[in-house]
Amino acid sequence: MAGYLLLFIVLAALFVSVLGVARGKSRRAAAAVKTHSRPIYHGLNAAIWAGVPAFVFLLLWLLFQNSVIDALVLASFPGVDAMTGPERDLVISEIRQVAAGNIFKEPTAEVTAAVAHLKSLQALAMWAMVALTAALVAIGAFFGLGAIQARFRARHSVERSVTWFMMFSSLVAILTTAGIVFSLLYEAMQFFARVPVTEFLFGLRWEPQIAMRADQVAGQGAFGMIPVLFGTFMISMLAMLVAVPVGILSAIYLTEYANERFRAVAKPLLEILAGIPTIVYGFFAVLTVAPMIRSLGLAMGIEASPNSALAAGGVMGIMIIPFISSLSDDAFAAVPRAIREGSFALGATKGETIRKVLLPAALPGIVGGVLLALSRAVGETMIVVMAAGLIAKITLNPFDAVTTVTVQIVTLLIGDSEFDNPKTLAAFALGLVLFIITLGLNLIALRTVRKYREKY
Amino acid sequence: MSLADGASQHTPTTVRPPIDWKSGEMASRRASRYAADRRLQVYGMIAIAFALGFLAILLATLTFTGYRAFTQTMVTVDIDFSNADLDRANLMEANWRNVFRQAMLDDVGELSRAQQRDYFSMFTSSAPFLIRDQIIANPALLDGRATFKVPMSDPIDQLAKGQVNTSLPPDQRRVNDNQIELFKKLEASGAISQPFNWGLFLNSDSRFPELAGLAGAISGSFWLLLVCFLISFPVGIAAAIYLEEFAPRNRFTDLIEININNLAAVPSVVFGLLGLAVFLGWFGLPRSAPLVGGMVLALMTLPTIIIVTRAALTSVPSSIREAALGIGASKHEMIFHHVLPLAMPSILTGTIIGLAQALGETAPLLLIGMNAFITSPPAGVLEASTALPTQIYIWADSPERGFVARTSAAILVLLGFLVIMNGIAIFLRQRFERRW
Repeated sequence: MAGYLLLFIVLAALFVSVLGVARGKSRRAAAAVKTHSRPIYHGLNAAIWAGVPAFVFLLLWLLFQNSVIDALVLASFPGVDAMTGPERDLVISEIRQVAAGNIFKEPTAEVTAAVAHLKSLQALAMWAMVALTAALVAIGAFFGLGAIQARFRARHSVERSVTWFMMFSSLVAILTTAGIVFSLLYEAMQFFARVPVTEFLFGLRWEPQIAMRADQVAGQGAFGMIPVLFGTFMISMLAMLVAVPVGILSAIYLTEYANERFRAVAKPLLEILAGIPTIVYGFFAVLTVAPMIRSLGLAMGIEASPNSALAAGGVMGIMIIPFISSLSDDAFAAVPRAIREGSFALGATKGETIRKVLLPAALPGIVGGVLLALSRAVGETMIVVMAAGLIAKITLNPFDAVTTVTVQIVTLLIGDSEFDNPKTLAAFALGLVLFIITLGLNLIALRTVRKYREKY
Repeated sequence: MSLADGASQHTPTTVRPPIDWKSGEMASRRASRYAADRRLQVYGMIAIAFALGFLAILLATLTFTGYRAFTQTMVTVDIDFSNADLDRANLMEANWRNVFRQAMLDDVGELSRAQQRDYFSMFTSSAPFLIRDQIIANPALLDGRATFKVPMSDPIDQLAKGQVNTSLPPDQRRVNDNQIELFKKLEASGAISQPFNWGLFLNSDSRFPELAGLAGAISGSFWLLLVCFLISFPVGIAAAIYLEEFAPRNRFTDLIEININNLAAVPSVVFGLLGLAVFLGWFGLPRSAPLVGGMVLALMTLPTIIIVTRAALTSVPSSIREAALGIGASKHEMIFHHVLPLAMPSILTGTIIGLAQALGETAPLLLIGMNAFITSPPAGVLEASTALPTQIYIWADSPERGFVARTSAAILVLLGFLVIMNGIAIFLRQRFERRW
């Protein structure tokens, strides 16, 4: 229904714009004075009047329709005052299921009555939505078309509307950040109401599944994030061990040694590594790398877990190579020619120039790039979800399985949308930690790069 | 000569003896310096070879495990409907199972009960329904004989593709000796074929690997990208134009810019949490719907489009702006009639690359429930659906042997889409982008 209404609004706005253009033309022909705006602006202005208020209204209506109807149905449900929040959710979801025709058991009389109420409300809401939207379109069209006069400044009006739209659009970025921060904070606060903050921050045990049992009091040290954080940094460090040397060395080779033709081929090929979706790396890690590392571990006499930290970290490192490579590339390119040529003039070989002159000069840029890559590794999800473990433990053995913040977020939330137990809320607390860590790393990285680049 | 004399007069008393550059000591020192130079070069080459070699191994592994899923072992069954025991008045409810089994038994002759059980498990369990659907689509087939191609079950498919080690003891493989015998019989009679697996693209998800396909995932991804494009493209361009051309330089616009740069680096799973808490939790939008997924992906793509658009707008030379303003265009007209069209090729290139990234995004879609088991393609943006990457995730978690090949095949399909999208972007860039 909403889709057809949307289509109706678009078509109506189109129709009104055609009317507006025609009217603008006739006014222009009839007017003795010079008209201010071309007819097309009169048409556009009328279309904006007809379409935009109705569109905004429709969006708001759709956003709030379900919650309002739920509240109304619940309010008339017998005995609702005695219910707790989760019970109410249960009742409303049962009513909705029955209304949708998914009947698992014979509904009680109250539920049947509520379903009838729900259906009548839904029908009413639908007709109200259609009627009000159509009315808004008609009123808008009336005013929009009525405003068309020879001296009416339709272009200014249209441009004002466009400017408003552009201002709103640039606010979307702020709204997104605000949405992220507030939703994470809100749900994390709910979590901290059940589990003390200190337990979460400093606890050494992470066993979220245990707290699901009814006889277990929530918390009891099962939500300590230290082992999870440890696993995250362990895997990220393994990734950086692969990515940093390979990335910097390939950047050196590509910028300093390779000829133009090799560079033109190798650089895009390296960039492909960054373009492959991470789920592909995850599958590859499970399919090929993990068994390989397991047999390698067995050959060395080490008991290797099938989802070892090494497999996840190593594959993640490969994914990150292009980031470090291209950011180091930029850092090398930013070193002024004079420094490089000065070194050559003193008789240094190319290798000495690179190691003793270019590398120190480009170091801030490289460090910034490495920090950006590290933030990427910490936030990377699919590789670790598929290849890393689920059990949180603190170990330095790379052949052992560790878990990460992102793995826990995904496993805690898959197939679960109720926000009323510490298990799901813990995911938001972890999300908050992840957001803060990556934000901090990014800010430090950007500051490092900016601060030291000013020197040249 | 006199210059050298003058210089030597002013030098301090300790004059170093001239270095003999040709001495053995110097030659070996030079040699070791050059060797260090070459070593660095070799390390660089090794690094590049490592990265590119890994890329090659990745693609080769996926191709080798995935190419088998592009064919499907089928059995040809010949059914004579003239004397089949069928309730023709009610084709939907008729006993298609018996008809199919009878026809299959005709091909191999007498079998014991245990053998029959082995035999029928060699074909996909929904074979009778596949035949039924074809008959209902074309009832004329009911007069006389008709042949159908029915997929064989996953273990037999693996056997036909040489993936079953028949030298293992029978309890360690999923195909028993009876079935191997029967399969050879069918093969000798010419009933087995391995055509291109159209089901991979035309079917939706299924518990049975031989019937599972990507139709639902591909259409889900299509709706996702459509929603993502419809939101992020206009909003991104509008935001970029405002920030680049209209916004005053003050603390607030600085804040917006910092925000955009930071959003580009926020982990994707955090966007998933945002979608879960705000779109599903507060607004009550339906779970697993492409609308919600598209909105989350749009928020992720927005920074990319804004950054690309701003770069494209600044690259349009000021002479064009001034010429437009000079002949009396308003600022809006100057931007929308002249600057934006000239910047459009770069903007489109960036947008396509952003959408390609969005197509491969998995984590946020998992959090909003787009990893559900859904057996029909979604008809709109509000219906539950999966997407290509989440389908890959579901299949990768499935234990059946056939799903390993399907997962690789699905990855190859996903990579194919990415190659096409990036190809279009490169084409646009080379064909239309202007350097000023």
